[in-house]
Amino acid sequence: MNELPLLSALVAVPLIGAVVVASIKRENADAARWTALAVSGVVVVITALVAFGFDYAAGAPWLQFTESYTWIEAWDLQISWGVDGIALLMVALTAGLTPIAMLASWRDLDAVKRSVPAFFALILALEAAMLATFLASNVLLFYFFFEAMLVPMYFLIGSYGTGPKKQYAAVKFFLYSLLGGLFMLVAVIALWVNNGGVFDWQTLVEAEPMADGTLQNWLFLGFFIAFAIKAPFFPFHTWLPDAGGAAPAAVAALLVGVMDKIGTFAILRYCLPMFPDATQTFAPWIIGMSVIGVLYAAFVAIGQTDLKRLVAYTSIAHFGFIGLGIFAFTQASATGAVLYMFNHGLATGLLFIVVGFLAIRRGSAQIADYGGAAKTLPLLAGVFLFAGLASLSLPGTAPFISEFLVLFGAFTGNEPVAVLATLGIILAAAYVLWMYQRTMQGDRNPALDDVPAMRRDLTLREKVLVAPLVIAILGFGFYPQPLIDAVEPAVDNTLLFISGEPEDLPAAEGVSNE
Amino acid sequence: MDEISYAPASGLLALSWALIALPALGAAVLLLAGRRADKWGHWLGVATIGAAFALAVGMFASLAGLDDKSAHLDLFTIISVGDLQIEASLLFDPLSAIFCMLITGVGLLIHVYAVGYMAHDPGRRKFFAYFNLFAAAMLVLVLGGNYFMTFVGWEGVGLASYLLIAFWQLKPAAATAGKKAFLTNRVADVGFLLAMFTMLGALGSLDFAAVFNGAATLSTGASLAIGLLLLAAACGKSGQFPFQTWLPDAMEGPTPVSALIHAATMVTAGVYLIARSHVIFSLNADVQTAVVVVGALTLLFGAIVGCAKDDIKRVLAWSTVSQIGYMFLAVGLGGAAFALGIIHLLAHGFFKAGLFLGSGSVMHAMNDQTDIRRFGGLWRVMPLTYATFAAGWLAIIGLFPFSGFWTKDPIIATAFAREGWQGWVVGGAALLGAALTAFYMTRLFVLTFHGPKRWTEDVHPHESPAIMTGPLVLLGLGSLAAGGLMASPVTTWLTPVFGEHHEAHGHLSHMQVTVATTIVVVLGAALAWLLFRGGTDEVPRAASWPVRAARADLGGEAVNRGVFERPSRLVAGVSVAVDARGVDGIVNGLSAAIGGTSRRLLTMQTGFVRSYALSILSGAVIVVAALMVVVVQ
Repeated sequence: MNELPLLSALVAVPLIGAVVVASIKRENADAARWTALAVSGVVVVITALVAFGFDYAAGAPWLQFTESYTWIEAWDLQISWGVDGIALLMVALTAGLTPIAMLASWRDLDAVKRSVPAFFALILALEAAMLATFLASNVLLFYFFFEAMLVPMYFLIGSYGTGPKKQYAAVKFFLYSLLGGLFMLVAVIALWVNNGGVFDWQTLVEAEPMADGTLQNWLFLGFFIAFAIKAPFFPFHTWLPDAGGAAPAAVAALLVGVMDKIGTFAILRYCLPMFPDATQTFAPWIIGMSVIGVLYAAFVAIGQTDLKRLVAYTSIAHFGFIGLGIFAFTQASATGAVLYMFNHGLATGLLFIVVGFLAIRRGSAQIADYGGAAKTLPLLAGVFLFAGLASLSLPGTAPFISEFLVLFGAFTGNEPVAVLATLGIILAAAYVLWMYQRTMQGDRNPALDDVPAMRRDLTLREKVLVAPLVIAILGFGFYPQPLIDAVEPAVDNTLLFISGEPEDLPAAEGVSNE
Repeated sequence: MDEISYAPASGLLALSWALIALPALGAAVLLLAGRRADKWGHWLGVATIGAAFALAVGMFASLAGLDDKSAHLDLFTIISVGDLQIEASLLFDPLSAIFCMLITGVGLLIHVYAVGYMAHDPGRRKFFAYFNLFAAAMLVLVLGGNYFMTFVGWEGVGLASYLLIAFWQLKPAAATAGKKAFLTNRVADVGFLLAMFTMLGALGSLDFAAVFNGAATLSTGASLAIGLLLLAAACGKSGQFPFQTWLPDAMEGPTPVSALIHAATMVTAGVYLIARSHVIFSLNADVQTAVVVVGALTLLFGAIVGCAKDDIKRVLAWSTVSQIGYMFLAVGLGGAAFALGIIHLLAHGFFKAGLFLGSGSVMHAMNDQTDIRRFGGLWRVMPLTYATFAAGWLAIIGLFPFSGFWTKDPIIATAFAREGWQGWVVGGAALLGAALTAFYMTRLFVLTFHGPKRWTEDVHPHESPAIMTGPLVLLGLGSLAAGGLMASPVTTWLTPVFGEHHEAHGHLSHMQVTVATTIVVVLGAALAWLLFRGGTDEVPRAASWPVRAARADLGGEAVNRGVFERPSRLVAGVSVAVDARGVDGIVNGLSAAIGGTSRRLLTMQTGFVRSYALSILSGAVIVVAALMVVVVQ
């Protein structure tokens, strides 16, 4: 349907960009910055082209813009791409947040003697790998990038992170994710053997459901554990506060805003259509885990003393809402869960970035090192509060819409669970407002007056980079329907497997670029 | 019951969105313009609310000319997922018209007053931005055509209230009070959300017309659940028992905030919600009883605590708690009393706003002191403030022919009309409340304006400037006359909303109630005058246990701490420990057991980490390759 291989370009452009930026000499830091930013800008343009050409109608093919190239002929293995509405939203989030994260860490490396080109090259490599996981329409290809993205993130945390525990955090992140990935790898291979050598996603979901219930359960678990660690869901979450606490704030925004969503995205893309029976078998357990996560992580967040760890824990609570939305299996809750993935990326991305503004000024993310900071940083405090309010799902901000849909959808299926999860909104208000009070309000911490940077309110660069996020959060808060229109067909298709009517799926798109 | 339907908006009424857009635009401009707007920002804030008031008056007149007194406007679709349809719809009907007039009218006066009151505050522009934001959100609340829109406004006013209570955010008490207000409301808002989910589940819609027309088909359980959940939300927003503790703390905000948000408008949103949902509340006698109990309990609670407070704004705040209790009592009694509750709300909007602005004028004169034990004899130095405060005082205690007489007496009479022993109990409570109101308001009035001067040495009281006394005079006139002028026409005006009702007759006739009320009010006021005409001690004396309990807010704060705050902190602390030692402990323990490297992992050097990680990765790649080879064969 499309002449241009746009999806290939989405992966190739940042990948090539990474190589180019990495080859720039260390002294030419500015050249590296601007090149990287330009490359990420090209990705935004390509994403816009895809979004513009995407067919949002209900009966449109599930995967669009499909491309397929032979990878390993002997194994009948292809590099194949395709995008649905859910992936489109995730791609847009990735493409949008990456340049913002770059701008956010524009000058952060000036103080430390680390290679600037390498940093920006790693971010581009990360972007390429993340985009590839959303676009892959081949299970093995997905797995490849699912693991590959660990490498740039590992170095971004381990080499460019802050705090005494950054090495520990990076290794923990790496090993934990790798462990999850190995579970998935075993499941991928078993799936391949069982299906007579098929990795193609479209073929896999259109095949008759697996008759062997036990095998289906095991395969489901193999995939799910990998995704639950990636998301992360309680109780697989403990790597995230360490990683999020140690990573540079803008990297943490990408980590929590985008990379973690690959877990929940993959649950929708792989677990539900390929293992519908097992999904339903385990759903009550996962819903239980999700609700525990909503409440438990919120309480842990209340007790945090470090801003970045606090935001990481709030995200774990939010991922509980996403899990609840997916596994409640109602149209409203699953649509809400996908919107939640997108909106959480905006809100928590912004929150991490603002925390980064603070941490780089103060040289610390410890809450006790602040107090009354709004006096000299009124604008920064305002954006911080705005991000916090979005994070607690205040109506008028985008996350409210998704939380409303998730909770309502869950309520129609399981009232007690939804009531419990709704209590999470009180805890969300508690951790956000208390965090704001301890840092920005109240008696001024006298130590702040000795830090000149704490008197410098938002710079022009900082204003420019937060503005799109603020506008998007407000815009989709009042008018979320375009997002809903984009994801609803894909969500409906996915839920057809749970209701046992996959024969109602729209026809696949035939054309491909061989 | 007749089918409820709303006519589409036309003409001027189709501009109901502009009512919201005007102050919203003001807020946006003031926030975005930054310091450039410091010079003229406050006038922009006044202008937008003034324009909204003019529009509201025009729309009110248009609505009065219609046969079908409603104007419904769908702006756009907010959410459409499968069967779930939520529109951004606005409804301008007699009930929302009254609220729009109150919000923009009283709001305009308080905006003007604040120009003077905040003149020396460096944050005046931001203050007016938040003030305009509040007005916009409050108008969304009362204009919303479905519960979703009401909730958006509901949370919006909560945000504005938070921002304005904590306006002087570097003051720890202000920051804490703001947070407390938000959190308390958030607890109650869970009720609102669950009520919406229940409605959607049972009726498939949040539109007022659909919900009210379908209400008769609700099961008893569902109508009970929706009613009680909405009541919980209403209690939170309106500072009713058991959520009353945030409202007095909210007095940390600048005084115009207390007048507009925490007296005249936002805190009455709970009354609006119940009145708007009267169809649901009328369905279930148990729900109505619950509303009556909340109202009766809170009106006494607030009045008792109000007697024991020495801070001018806190006395007024507890008085607000108590007066809204009367409104809850009225809307809980149902039938004709729905309109009575709204009328009392209107009258209260005038006199309480006037009283608060008067207290602000006094604070201005007294270097921001609020302790009435250090006032006295102010009537000579600030005659206009004195006269307008006196008007508010007469209005609230409800002596003939002032406002409260016309609006509170009918509520007391209707309470006595409730059947059986309940009528005697709630009627008696309402009557006792009237006596207590007379007592604490007279105490406040006498200690502030009469008796000997007990000023601290550094104060030199003076009358406030005209920009502050002007609104005071207008509100004072409104306080005196509003009740008498409005009682009858407003009842007629609201008939399309609440339907025709006849006055209930019960244990006592209206005349008997009037006589009884007048007697207790005069007794309460006279007692306070006698006790406090000579001033009072500047430090509290050791007192008997009822006084001590009242000074301690009747234990409300202690309950808050014991039931919510401390357990939450405890759970948070335990959760942190569990996460670090338990959940993460298992992870680290397992990895140590597998690799035997936990000690090394924690103390590793940079170079080692890299090679370690890379070796793992290459190991994984080899494993993959090997597996592939094996399987392919």
